Amino acid sequence: MLDTIGASTLEDLYSHLPEDVCFHGALNIPAGKSEYEIVDYFRARGLENANSHANFLGAGVYHHYRPVLVDAVVSRGEFLTSYTPYQAEISQGTLTAIFEFQTMICQLTGMDVANASMYDGSTAVPEAAMMAMRITGRDGIAVARTVHPEYREVLGTYTRHQSTLVTEFEYDPESGQVDLESLEQALNETTAAVIIQSPNFFGVVENAKQVAEIAHAKGALLVFVFTEAVSLGLLEPPRDADIVAGELQSFAIAPSYGGPFAGIIACKEKYVRQLPGRLVGETKDANGNRAFCLTLATREQHIRREKATSNICTNQALIALMATVFMALYGKQGLRELAEQNLAKAHYLGERLWRRFNGPYFNEFVAATGVQSPDEINRRLLGFQIVGGLPLDRFYPELRNSVLLCCTEMASRADMDAVAEAFGA
Amino acid sequence: MISKVRPHPTQNESLLFETSSPGKAGYQLPKLDVPPVDARDALGAQNVRQEIPDFPEVSEVDVIRHFTRLSTWNYAIDLGLYPLGSCTMKYNPRVNEAVARTEGLMWIHPYQPDALSQGAFAILAELERALAEITGMDAVTLQPAAGAHGELTGILLVRAALEAQGNARKKVIVPDSAHGTNPASVRMAGYEVVNVASNDRGMLDVEALVRTVDEDIAAIMITNPNTLGVFEEHIAEVARILHSKGALVYMDGANMNALAGISRPGDYGVDLMHLNLHKTFSTPHGGGGPGSGPVAVKKPLEPFLPLPRLQHAPSGWSWNYDRPQSIGRVRAFYGNFGVLVRALAYIMAHGGDGLNRATLDALLNANYLRKLLESHYEIAYHAPSMHECVFRHASNGAIAKRLIDYGFHPYTVSFPLIVHGAMMIEPTETESKQELDLFADALVSIAQEVKENPELVSTAPHSTRTTKVDEVAAARKPILKWTR
Repeated sequence: MLDTIGASTLEDLYSHLPEDVCFHGALNIPAGKSEYEIVDYFRARGLENANSHANFLGAGVYHHYRPVLVDAVVSRGEFLTSYTPYQAEISQGTLTAIFEFQTMICQLTGMDVANASMYDGSTAVPEAAMMAMRITGRDGIAVARTVHPEYREVLGTYTRHQSTLVTEFEYDPESGQVDLESLEQALNETTAAVIIQSPNFFGVVENAKQVAEIAHAKGALLVFVFTEAVSLGLLEPPRDADIVAGELQSFAIAPSYGGPFAGIIACKEKYVRQLPGRLVGETKDANGNRAFCLTLATREQHIRREKATSNICTNQALIALMATVFMALYGKQGLRELAEQNLAKAHYLGERLWRRFNGPYFNEFVAATGVQSPDEINRRLLGFQIVGGLPLDRFYPELRNSVLLCCTEMASRADMDAVAEAFGA
Repeated sequence: MISKVRPHPTQNESLLFETSSPGKAGYQLPKLDVPPVDARDALGAQNVRQEIPDFPEVSEVDVIRHFTRLSTWNYAIDLGLYPLGSCTMKYNPRVNEAVARTEGLMWIHPYQPDALSQGAFAILAELERALAEITGMDAVTLQPAAGAHGELTGILLVRAALEAQGNARKKVIVPDSAHGTNPASVRMAGYEVVNVASNDRGMLDVEALVRTVDEDIAAIMITNPNTLGVFEEHIAEVARILHSKGALVYMDGANMNALAGISRPGDYGVDLMHLNLHKTFSTPHGGGGPGSGPVAVKKPLEPFLPLPRLQHAPSGWSWNYDRPQSIGRVRAFYGNFGVLVRALAYIMAHGGDGLNRATLDALLNANYLRKLLESHYEIAYHAPSMHECVFRHASNGAIAKRLIDYGFHPYTVSFPLIVHGAMMIEPTETESKQELDLFADALVSIAQEVKENPELVSTAPHSTRTTKVDEVAAARKPILKWTR
């Protein structure tokens, strides 16, 4: 090959580079390792982490069972090692799956259109906010304090330099739901969107209809956020929202220390041209057969450059495929039964503890720890190989001695009894 | 004579919604070990939904057959050369997939106590160190979820650093050969885009640059090697020009596969850059993600990196949130951890020498293909190629589709925009000489077909299950979901 090129050594291939850009040293990275050594290294690191613990953490990342078929599908090289499906004729597998994904997200959320995925829920929120600003021509955002605190931080990072004013509004200390008075005060004629999450960060189900009415009366859009997708199996979909931004981690996506996950944005039909990210549409091939392809690309960066709706390019296709397989396996009945099990488990524990808020809750709730500190309780639980809930004062200084607990279908009765006991209940 | 392909039957397959039939299901849940709860009582009747209309009802066998059949309609690296320029479609080692599924890595919650996540910290720290070493930089954030997300993070870092000096400035320079994400990221960070043209060698025009740089310029975003596969030979001088006006140099590291081990951007004036772990570091593209776009910076930019940062004490690793100058979070939690695990596995498998060798092989393969094709296609620029080469042809789109009939994925079509009829080819180091020869034979044969039988080429592909897809109709009347 070197002969064909007309070079005598491999180093000749970059001999045209100026001297001052060449690196002549050796990279300080240990010599290449065998497959066995690599597997062994990661196994050892895995053993340094929590292993085989029961887990009562939720807060945006949920321990749900992953059906084995999910990895069987996403491990197929034809899905795993293909690129973004720009060449439609040899990408119909990925395109068809994304079309099914978009359809199921619409069915779940009650929206008209859904995109092919976003990085995660947290980045979907600012993208939805910016979308609302383009639609309304306004630049204010009102966000509930009960939206995931890290999502709000990401919103802050994205909007800080867009002349956007982000206002937070309060929750009702009794119900844990949006404080409607505080919401009204946060709104004015520059508000592009009201952002709420349901179930919210405290696990409490919001009254989205009421919030939508208040937002719409001021000419603002409602952006509805969800972090626990399983709740959509049981809860009324957010039909009153204009844009839905959510996280699908609960759909067979492993917690994996926080990623990779898959976010979504869905919206009403009339806003489709303001959607960020990729969209798959149905069409026909030259023989008149049904076919799918990426479409409405004139919204996107590779066509519009600085005028695009977003800079997003790579998204989370393979992870969205996990969610697609999950939704297909559980289906209409399964998703509901799964949601009902989560509801039953959370209420089994929740009704035994002193809950901070009296609003309806799905599979998460805030428990007061009484005279003990959350750390004391969690330390005791660790002795039983149980990872306890999230102490909330880290994000809400006013909520001292409060713990956010989550019970999924994977929470056993025995472990929940142990948690109740640790709380002194 | 087409030597790579033979006809092969593919199956018809309906959509899930069309095979659905009431009562079918592919799941099993354990028997509930606590009393059931009436949803309408617990949640309020108004909060409980009716059934999900048209949601699929299919069996486990239906599901595996459905997705397996769909998979056969895809081309993939596992099936052959995937020469998309600037996409670095190299082999995705399966050991990476295996280690990412290690139980103690896959099932850890981002909020579990730091003491129970020490193995995860060690992996992140090791990867940060390796990426800093490869780029010649001082600090790395692993938080961005993809290349474009890294770009946004990087430009926000530029803004924060300049703001700390009292003036964020107004504009960022983007060469006309840049990927579309660059200008879009600049806009999202609140800057104006200033385009500068390339010269006749396919490189940044230094004289034009000097005229453009003034006190309003915050930074330049430069891809190196650029999207023509050409190394920006004046990059050190470009950095001096920008720095002399108090501006910063951001490098888009999408093409780092051409440099790892032979050239470190941090050594010659680049202030910050992102890497695409799904390109250079072999994590799978997965049909469009997940990716990962770490950003590496020089020391002065380190205080501004996203929250939180890794910190080490005698008691072990933990997250540091006490970083008053940070731009804040760009994503919840700590990045695409599972992708980071895969990238570290790749780096470990190669070691320093192996990374260097992979780069040289990538250069070898690209230059070999260039040589084989040069007498049949017009090279866009005569400057030496690094890891990819760009040809031009008026029928670039049709030739790409015809390549499919020969058993290959097309090259990148019509990009970079500055080359009319661009055919951008990046073979990567993981292709054998045999596969490269087959690919070159195919392109040479198609060049002949264009002259002798243009109809055959313009109506391609002919051998695929799905013939030419009508993208215009799709956009004219968008159908974005299935309806009954």
